[in-house]
Amino acid sequence: MIRLLALLILFAAPLRAEEVVAGLSQTRIAITASFSGSDILVFGAVKRDTPAPEGPLQVIITLQGPPLAVTVRRKDKVAGIWVNTDAVGVSSSPSFYAIAATAPLREVLTETEDLRHAVSIPRAIRAVGSGLEDAGVFTDALIRIRTEEGSYTLDETGVELAEETLFRTRFEMPANLTEGAYRTRILLTRGGTVVDSHETMIDVRKVGLERWLFALSREQPLIYGLLSLVLAVVAGWSASALFRYIRS
Amino acid sequence: MQIYLPIAEVSVNALLLFGLGGIVGLLSGMFGVGGGFLITPLLFFIGIPPTVAVATGANQVVASSVSGVLAHIRRRTVDFRMGWVLLAGGLIGSGLGIWVFNILSEMGQIDLTVQLSYVLFLGFVGLLMFQESLRSILRSRQPARKITRRHQHLLVHRLPLKMKFRTSGLYISVIPPILVGMLVGVLAAIMGVGGGFIMVPAMIYLLGMPTKVVIGTSLFQIIFVTAFTTVMHAVTNQSVDMMLALLLILGGVVGAQFGTQIGAKLKAEQLRILLALLVLGVCALLALDLLLRPGELYSISVEGRA
Repeated sequence: MIRLLALLILFAAPLRAEEVVAGLSQTRIAITASFSGSDILVFGAVKRDTPAPEGPLQVIITLQGPPLAVTVRRKDKVAGIWVNTDAVGVSSSPSFYAIAATAPLREVLTETEDLRHAVSIPRAIRAVGSGLEDAGVFTDALIRIRTEEGSYTLDETGVELAEETLFRTRFEMPANLTEGAYRTRILLTRGGTVVDSHETMIDVRKVGLERWLFALSREQPLIYGLLSLVLAVVAGWSASALFRYIRS
Repeated sequence: MQIYLPIAEVSVNALLLFGLGGIVGLLSGMFGVGGGFLITPLLFFIGIPPTVAVATGANQVVASSVSGVLAHIRRRTVDFRMGWVLLAGGLIGSGLGIWVFNILSEMGQIDLTVQLSYVLFLGFVGLLMFQESLRSILRSRQPARKITRRHQHLLVHRLPLKMKFRTSGLYISVIPPILVGMLVGVLAAIMGVGGGFIMVPAMIYLLGMPTKVVIGTSLFQIIFVTAFTTVMHAVTNQSVDMMLALLLILGGVVGAQFGTQIGAKLKAEQLRILLALLVLGVCALLALDLLLRPGELYSISVEGRA
């Protein structure tokens, strides 16, 4: 029995030679009226039972917003004016996606591992067959636009790794966040292969007045619409009354 | 001071919104236009999604019109009877417009439609007003050739269903005002405007109403049509952002009060030529945007959660 157990440990050990232990500076983000973005610190350590294997250890950390279905449209000149013509549906693309790594992605992750774990930005996007020959141009455009507005970021030296054990990185989250569960992944790689990974969720939610207004607009749209009107009429009337009072 | 808008889901500067509302309110009070034709493109420009900009623009117009119409009621420059007739057409038009808006949204052509409508309507109305007010200014400088327009026989006098509008001093058919109201209702829904820029000239040139009552009456009609549009957008698209509306309104109602006073001091011809120039300016800007090659040919629209 003991021999069997020893054998098991012997076999099991190389599979989980290195393990991630991680923490986040916060696991929930509250979107209030004055919300103007947030910083998330991801940190952790690599736990080992045996001495570290040969070759450098690399760390990739990703932070991914809720997946959205979007349509990418292209403008073309029709009869002298610029009009949306072709469109490609993208069935799933994260609203926000940040990648940080210890070295350039191509060095720390092989193509097959990238495909399996959907790490790099193009891998995190799923397009629908569109029948257009140049559909790839549309997903490229999606990535370009999202990168320009700061929703997609790739920082290939963003993770600090000390003594092949302690690592940390900081993500800046923009103010225009979509509500939902944000997935944080930490991947340890050696020679381009993922040796261990760890996943946690960050809950991003509107709170207070923001939450109340958003919920009301979705659940009771008629009441919400009427309330907007009341607000408008009261504001208009009271301003008029106030000015008359000031003048008299 | 940044503020997060719950429906638009973007964070923008609160003072910028307040300022935008103020400028638009000033113009609204001066000219009797709701100012929607300025606020909607400005909101596009600062990054508010088009559907939210149009719906919230309509809500803002309600407030600035209420504020403006009260001043006009006190000065007895509102033709209520004409207002109700225009309104009947307006509600039909608005319902029609919301329906078209939702179809075009799905087709991805709403931005283009909104822009094209702006260019066409603003261009047409602007030119018409500019030419007419220029002519009347020239005429007033040559008092010898004064022509009275009192008893001109327009189309509105020949159609059936005549009605007496005492405040305007008119006895005309109700069909043209209803059609004008309908057109304005469609525009309110699609463009997020009150439609004052098209209704004011239509009332003057098509219906022959005296300029003094035109502004008050158009404001009166605009309140109800934009109120209806706001509720319809809230119910069908859930795209009215109350936080955004509140900031625009706060700026707008203050601006509108000053605008009404400035408007009362200017002559009708001057008022019209200023409005014409403003309308043509916005039209030129939007036309340029359609004609020049855009910096980014691609655009993303979110369809929902995957």
